[in-house]
Amino acid sequence: MAKNNLFDENLKVINIGLSSFKDSIEEVDAEVVQVDWKPPAEIDEKIIKIIADKSSYIKNENEKCLKNILSGTPFLVDLDIAINVIPGMKKNMILHAGPPITWDRMCGPMRGAIIGSLIYEGMAENPEQAEKLAASDKIEYSPCHEHSTVGPMAGIVSPSMPVFILKNEEYGNHAYCTLNEGLGKVLRYGAFSKEVITKLKWMETVLYPALKRAVKELVKIDLKNIIAQALHMGDEVHNRNRAATSLLYRTIAPAVIKTNDTEVAIKVLEFINGNDHFFLNLSMPACKVTLDAARNIKGSSVVVAMTRNGTDFGLQLSGTGDQWFVGQAPIPDALFFPGYTKDDANRDIGDSSITETNGLGGFAIAASPAIVQFIGGAAQDALNYTREMYEISAGENNIYQIPSLNFRGSPTGIDVVKVVEKAILPFIDTGVAHKNAGVGQVGAGVLSAPMEPFIKAVQGFAKSLEKNK
Amino acid sequence: MVVKGKIKSGEYFDSVTLMIVAKQINEITGITDAAVVMNTAENRSILESSGLLISDFDDAKGSDLLICVNAENDEIAEEAMLKVDEILEEVRHEISDIEDFLPKSLETALNTMPNANLVLISVTGKYAANEAMKALKKGLHVMIFSDNVFIEDEVKLKKYAHKKELLVMGPDCGTAIINGVPLAFANVVNRGNIGIVAASGTGLQEISSIISNNGAGISQAIGTGGRDVKKEVGGIMFLAALDALTMDKNTEIIVLVSKPPAKEVLKKILGKVEDIHKLVIAIFLGVDEKLFDGSKAIPAKTLEEAALMAVSLAQKRGKISFQEMLEKRYEKIREIAQKEVKTKTGTQRYLRGLFCGGTLCEEALIIFQDNLTDVYSNMSSKEKFQLKDPLQSIKNTLIDMGADEFTVGRPHPMIDYSLRNRRILKEAEDPEVAVILFDVVLGFGSNMDPAKELTPTIEQAEKIAQKAGRELTFVCSITGTDLDPQNKKDVEKKLKGAGVFVMESNAAACELSGLIIEILSEKFGEKENSNGKK
Repeated sequence: MAKNNLFDENLKVINIGLSSFKDSIEEVDAEVVQVDWKPPAEIDEKIIKIIADKSSYIKNENEKCLKNILSGTPFLVDLDIAINVIPGMKKNMILHAGPPITWDRMCGPMRGAIIGSLIYEGMAENPEQAEKLAASDKIEYSPCHEHSTVGPMAGIVSPSMPVFILKNEEYGNHAYCTLNEGLGKVLRYGAFSKEVITKLKWMETVLYPALKRAVKELVKIDLKNIIAQALHMGDEVHNRNRAATSLLYRTIAPAVIKTNDTEVAIKVLEFINGNDHFFLNLSMPACKVTLDAARNIKGSSVVVAMTRNGTDFGLQLSGTGDQWFVGQAPIPDALFFPGYTKDDANRDIGDSSITETNGLGGFAIAASPAIVQFIGGAAQDALNYTREMYEISAGENNIYQIPSLNFRGSPTGIDVVKVVEKAILPFIDTGVAHKNAGVGQVGAGVLSAPMEPFIKAVQGFAKSLEKNK
Repeated sequence: MVVKGKIKSGEYFDSVTLMIVAKQINEITGITDAAVVMNTAENRSILESSGLLISDFDDAKGSDLLICVNAENDEIAEEAMLKVDEILEEVRHEISDIEDFLPKSLETALNTMPNANLVLISVTGKYAANEAMKALKKGLHVMIFSDNVFIEDEVKLKKYAHKKELLVMGPDCGTAIINGVPLAFANVVNRGNIGIVAASGTGLQEISSIISNNGAGISQAIGTGGRDVKKEVGGIMFLAALDALTMDKNTEIIVLVSKPPAKEVLKKILGKVEDIHKLVIAIFLGVDEKLFDGSKAIPAKTLEEAALMAVSLAQKRGKISFQEMLEKRYEKIREIAQKEVKTKTGTQRYLRGLFCGGTLCEEALIIFQDNLTDVYSNMSSKEKFQLKDPLQSIKNTLIDMGADEFTVGRPHPMIDYSLRNRRILKEAEDPEVAVILFDVVLGFGSNMDPAKELTPTIEQAEKIAQKAGRELTFVCSITGTDLDPQNKKDVEKKLKGAGVFVMESNAAACELSGLIIEILSEKFGEKENSNGKK
C-alpha cells in the first residue's frame, strides 16, 4: 500500500480508544468502526516478547492443531464397563472431573459423589464408612482427562460403571464417558441417597446391556453429524441437548427394540426420552476424543482441555503436554431453583467445559436462542457472546455452524495467547451444584472462565518455547 | 406467613424464563420464596421440598403453569402473583433494545471493514505502541493520539512504517485532517490545495483554520507528533509526510510547521525542500531565519503569516498580497491599544497570557521576545525566565496550561476550562496586571461551549478589578472555523459581548496585548521592583 493511495481513497478508519473520535468522524460522513478495546491481562513483558518473536511459528502450529480438531470424526462404537476399557483404570481408582486434586481439597458435591460411588461399588455400606475409606490412602484419585475420559459435574467414574466408548476414526484414538443419569437427585451433583444408588444399579444392569446390544446392531453412530444437526435445531450441546437427544433417540430406537425384550426396550427408551440431557454424555466425549487428537503439537497455544473440579479450574495446552495450569474455580452467578441462592452454590465444577474447548456450549450459544435467558434474555446477547468468542479462537469450525450468524462455523480452538492479549475470557455454560454433599443441583447459568489459569498457561507456554529453541 | 398459589392454563414458558421471573419475585420485600414452574413431576418434587406444593395444584394438568409464593401476608402474596403476570406479559412482548456488536480487536474490526486504511489509536500510552505495530503489520496507516509512548518504540514504529511506505502520525499527535476527515482534535475546514505537515498540534489547527477562514482550503494536514523532529527520531515521518504531499496531485502548496527541530533534522528537511517543485512555506517557531538563507523554503514569522502566505499563493495573488491587510490591521490595533492604555492605573504594567494551545503559547513567547522585557513562562527556554512556580505569575507571564504539571489527572484545558478560569480570577486580583491574554481552541474534541465557560469568569474578573479601581483588558483569539461544531462566529459574538477583544489570530492577539504593555512602559517609565516580587 503506497502512501499516496491513501489520499486517493475514501478514508476508512478503525478507531481504537476514545469513542468521541468515532463520533466526529461520523459527523462528516466518513466511515469508521469502533473497537471496544480492553487492556490486556497483566503479564511479564519478557513473556510477551518470547511469544511475539515466535508469532509466525505459533500461528503455524496452531493451524496444525486446529486442523486436527476440525478433521476429527467422533463415533459412538460400543459400551463397556469402566475397568475393562478405560486406560490406566484400577479397582481402587476413582476418576473425577477437573485437574488433579486430593480428598482434603475436594468440594462437597465431589465428596458426595465419591461417597455414592463407593457405596455403589459395594466398597462401603453407608456414607460414614464410605467417607472414611475415601479419605484413606486405599483409594486412588485421578482426573478423567488423564484417562481419555470426561465426566459432567463431579465427573465420578468408578470401576464398575458402564461407559460409552467413542472412537475418533480419523486418528484412531478413543474416549470414554459414563451414561447420563437424568436430572434431580443424581450422583454427578453429589447426591448419594438410596434412590441415586438404585438408579445407578439399574443403569448398570438394564440400560447398559440394552444399549450395548443396540449399538452393536448399528455398528457405530456418527456423533459429529448429530451435533451438527442439533446446532441447527437450537442446541449448543452443553446446557441444551434436547435436539441432539431426540436425534439420538431416532437413531437408536429401532435397534433398541430389535435387540431387546419389549419390556426392557420400553424402559430404556422412556429413560432416554425423559432426559433432555442424555446426549450430554455423548457430546462431551465426542469433544474429548476430537481434542485428544490435537494434543502434543509443540508450538501450539491452543487449549485441549479446560475443566473444573469444584475447587480449581485447570487447563492443558496442545504445546505443553500433560502439564496443568490451575487457578481457583469461580462461583457461578446463575439462575437458582426455588429455595436456593448463590450462597448455596459450589464453585464451578465438571469436565463439561470440554464442549466450549471444542467450540460448542457457550461458544455456540448463538445457536441456542431457547436458553438465552441465562445471559440476560435477548437473542442478540447470545449472538454477541458467540461473536466475542471468535476473538479468542484459533479458527472456525467447518462442520458445526451457527444458523443465526449466516451459518458461520462456530469459534473453535481457544488460543490462550489471544485470551491474555485481549483480556477476553472463555464463556462457559454450566450447571450449579449445591456446595454441600448430597443435595444435588440448585441452578444453571453461564460464567466466564477465571484469568489466572490462562496467565499461567501463557507463562508455561513461553517457557516451553524457550526450551524448544 | 402464607403460602398462596395459582394455576395458569395454556401458557408455556421455557424453564429459564420462569427462573428469572421467580428470581424477580423473590426480590420483593415480604416474599421469602417463590416458584414459577411448568407442572412436571420433577418440578412438583422441587415445589414439595420447598414447601410450595399446595393442595390447589392437585388437579393441575401437565401443560399448566404453577405459580406459588411464600409471603408475609395475603396482600403481598396477591401482589406478587399479579407481578408474575406482568413480567410474563413483558417477556412476551419484549422489544429488546439491542446494541450492535462492537469488535474487540483490530483483527475483528478488519472483518467488519476489510478495506480500512487508517487506525486511530487513543488507548493508554503503555499499550498504544503494540496496537500501532499490529496495524502497521496489517498494512494500515496509523495515527497515535496517545502520549507517554517510549521514544524507542516511536523510532521502531516509524522505521518499520517507513519501510512499508506507511504513515505513523504521532505518538502525541493531537490532530490531523486526512482526505477532508478531521481526526481527533481537528477543525472542520474547507478542502483545497494547501497541504500541511505539522510537528505541532495547535500549530496545525491555527494554520488550517486561518487558511479556511480566508477562503482557501486544505488538501491534507498531516501531524507527526512533536518528537518526530527531535534528534532521536530524526524526522522520519516529517520527511515522509513531505514526500507524500509532494506526490499528492491535489496539493499545490505545502506548509511546514514545527517547534524548533533538531539541527540535523532541520537540515534534512530543508535539503528535501530543494528537490520539491511545489511552493513550500515553513514556520519553525524560534528558528533563526538566517538558517533559511539560500533555501527554497519561504520562511514565515508567525502561524498566521504562514497561513496567509499560503492563501495568497493558493489564490495566485503572490506571496505578499496580505501584507497591506496586516498593515491596516496594525493601525486598528494601535488605536485600540491607545484607548485601553488610558483606562489603566499606574500599577498596571504587565500582561498574563493563559494558553491551552502549547504552540500558541510558544508563538506568543517568540512574538514578545523582541519588544517586551521580563517575559516569564513555564515554557521558556531561557533559565532566567523560567517560572519557578507555574502557579505564581511574575511580571509578564505566559502559561501553557496544557503542560504536564496542569494536566495530570484532569482533562486537557481545551476541554476543561475550570483551572484556567480560576487562574483568570487570580490574575484579576493582581494590581500589576493590565492585560489578560488567552486562546480559545474550537473543533472536535474541544469543549462544546467555550463562551459559556468563559463569560461568567470574565465578568467576575472585571468586577474584582473594578472593585479595586482598575480596568482589565481581555484579549483573545479563536482557533477554529464557522464550520466547527461550536461555530466560531457564535463564540466570538458572545465573548465580544463580555468585553473581550477577539482577534483574528493568536499573532494579532499577541500584537495587541504586547502593544498595550509597550505603551504602558513608555507612559509610566521603568519602575522596577528590584527583587521581582510584588
